[in-house]
Amino acid sequence: MTALVTQTDAAARSESRASVEVRLEDLRRQYGSVHALDGLNLTIGAGELVALLGPSGCGKTTALRLVAGLEDADGGRVVIGGRDVTLLPANRRDAGMVFQAYSLFPHMTARQNVAFGLRMRKVASRERLRRAGEMLELVGLAAQSDRYAHQLSGGQQQRVALARALAIRPSVLLLDEPLSALDAKVRSQLRDEIRRVQLEVGTTTLFVTHDQEEALAIADRVGVMRAGRLEQLAPPTTVYTQPATAFVAEFVGLTNRLSGVVRGGAVEVRGVRIPLIAAGGADGPAVALVRPEAVSLSAATDTATGPLLGTVIALAFLGASSRVTVDLGDAVVLVQIPTADAVAYPAGTRVRVALRLDPVLITRDDATVTP
Amino acid sequence: MNRRRHRRLQLFRTIVLVVLGIFFLVPIGAMVEFSTRGVGINSPRTLSSFTSIFSYPDLTGAIVASLELAAITSAAMLLLLLPTMVWVRLRVPRMVRVIEVLCLAPLTIPAIVLVVGLAPLYQWININLSDSILTLGFAYLILVLPYAYRSLDAGLSGVDVRTLSEAARSLGAGWATVVSRIIVPNMSSAVLNACLLSVAVVLGEFTIANLLNFENLQVAIATIGRANAGVSIAVAVASLLFVFVLLLALSFVSRSGSRRRRVRVGVT
Ligand SMILES: Nc1ncnc2c1ncn2[C@@H]1O[C@H](COP(=O)(O)OP(=O)(O)O)[C@@H](O)[C@H]1O
Ligand SMILES: [Mg+2]
Repeated sequence: MTALVTQTDAAARSESRASVEVRLEDLRRQYGSVHALDGLNLTIGAGELVALLGPSGCGKTTALRLVAGLEDADGGRVVIGGRDVTLLPANRRDAGMVFQAYSLFPHMTARQNVAFGLRMRKVASRERLRRAGEMLELVGLAAQSDRYAHQLSGGQQQRVALARALAIRPSVLLLDEPLSALDAKVRSQLRDEIRRVQLEVGTTTLFVTHDQEEALAIADRVGVMRAGRLEQLAPPTTVYTQPATAFVAEFVGLTNRLSGVVRGGAVEVRGVRIPLIAAGGADGPAVALVRPEAVSLSAATDTATGPLLGTVIALAFLGASSRVTVDLGDAVVLVQIPTADAVAYPAGTRVRVALRLDPVLITRDDATVTP
Repeated sequence: MNRRRHRRLQLFRTIVLVVLGIFFLVPIGAMVEFSTRGVGINSPRTLSSFTSIFSYPDLTGAIVASLELAAITSAAMLLLLLPTMVWVRLRVPRMVRVIEVLCLAPLTIPAIVLVVGLAPLYQWININLSDSILTLGFAYLILVLPYAYRSLDAGLSGVDVRTLSEAARSLGAGWATVVSRIIVPNMSSAVLNACLLSVAVVLGEFTIANLLNFENLQVAIATIGRANAGVSIAVAVASLLFVFVLLLALSFVSRSGSRRRRVRVGVT
């Protein structure tokens, strides 16, 4: 079994063409008065997987469709492997696409589906079927080759769709929320599977999602989008620990909004001076964005912790860690601590709250972002 | 209570079926009876009316012309309508209503009015292009649009045209391939239906051909009817039978298509 897999892996690698860089330059697209894309710049390195993350309606799908050629740009360029393809129609772009909706051709078997792109490229029948079989094996569906779409589960259909997109050895692989129609368990399995396959074939990939966990788990770099523009493009850990803007901080992971005062390069929140991620900005009132895991709890009697007292109003068990909601009287904070510690604070307990001195981001607007 | 209601419904259905059956079958039966009558009062039944169909060269010519017209019209209808409907749905969805109204318009225009409009056009066509009866195909194309549109529209709404065509295009298929290899196979029964309706309309058309002085099947039947009623009715029965057989054949074709898929379900 292992030998078999390694052999196909080697075959897939040796046959795949060299990965290329994909550039989106100042892309613009307008629908009526809506700027779906408002000057999007993004460079995806050869063989890299970039996840585009953002709330619904921020232009992720539009960006993907412009790269695929399924939609025309109002301005800007798409450059794939150094070649400007902005004016090429979709069928000559060499972009493999996996859609959010199930998109297998219902009248063809899985194998015929995967072979379709090769047929369009006039690959001889034997070679076509051989390669289709190989791709199906790559996504673990060799045994289901002769099934029709309606005989496959949702997850299997998306695997076939992935095999079909990769069979043409595209210069760029585009995935538009391919997991959003699946249930949670299948979703995380297939997510890891997509990453494995992508690393194996080394195709430059753009993965669109509105699910931050998915983006952080799968990507080399995450691009957070907002209203048709890129807010931040960075590796997952950077996006999480050093968000470039308040929007990114609030969209990726949970944050507490705690009001304070900026003074001399730090923000003072309820008597605690917390350093800032990005220095600068005038002194004055501001809102500090504090991660739940940067807050800790201790017993109300433990006066060494600090002066901040509150009452636990909810305790949510998340597995290894738990989320405690504490009412401070004039504000509510979310606290994420190990479950073993959290059991000491059932709802109604008086607790002392301490803020860790991790650098934080501040914002001066009062708008909240709902992911 | 429920059972009685059920029985009453059953009875109602049977009555409707019988009444409608009589309504359709009596005239056809009468036609068969009339067309197989012998010459004398007590002479035995004969098929001579049917066999003598082929002794009227005008008639066989008209039959061939009508069949050709049916084929031409169906093909032209598919080539014109299907890509247009797909394209409009994908690229200019706000025009869907307009296309629908355009396609359904011929239903609201009486054939006589249509002829008044077409006559000068045909005069020009007959002089400058061709005076073949096959030029009637243009007029018939207009005539079958409403029926074909309805059928294709129903078929298209059962297919996720957008996603499938985008998937096919991203795999390298051009528009012609998308329509012929992806969309048509997934709505084959709607396509067959549209063709069948077109064939039926063309084979039954009389007014336009007659007024434009072309001898198609129905015109020929009417002409012969004046000379020999038996043969004329025999041709009418034969054309009815022909359409009936065609319908049956087409429904078998589409059924065997879906059965093939169903059998595979059983195998896996
Ligand atoms: N075909 C379209 N017609 C009109 N507006 C559209 C169309 N496609 C997208 N939009 C608008 O463009 C914006 C971005 O859409 P989209 O790229 O689909 O967002 P996302 O995929 O991030 O949810 C949205 O406001 C959406 O309403
Ligand atoms: Mg989308």
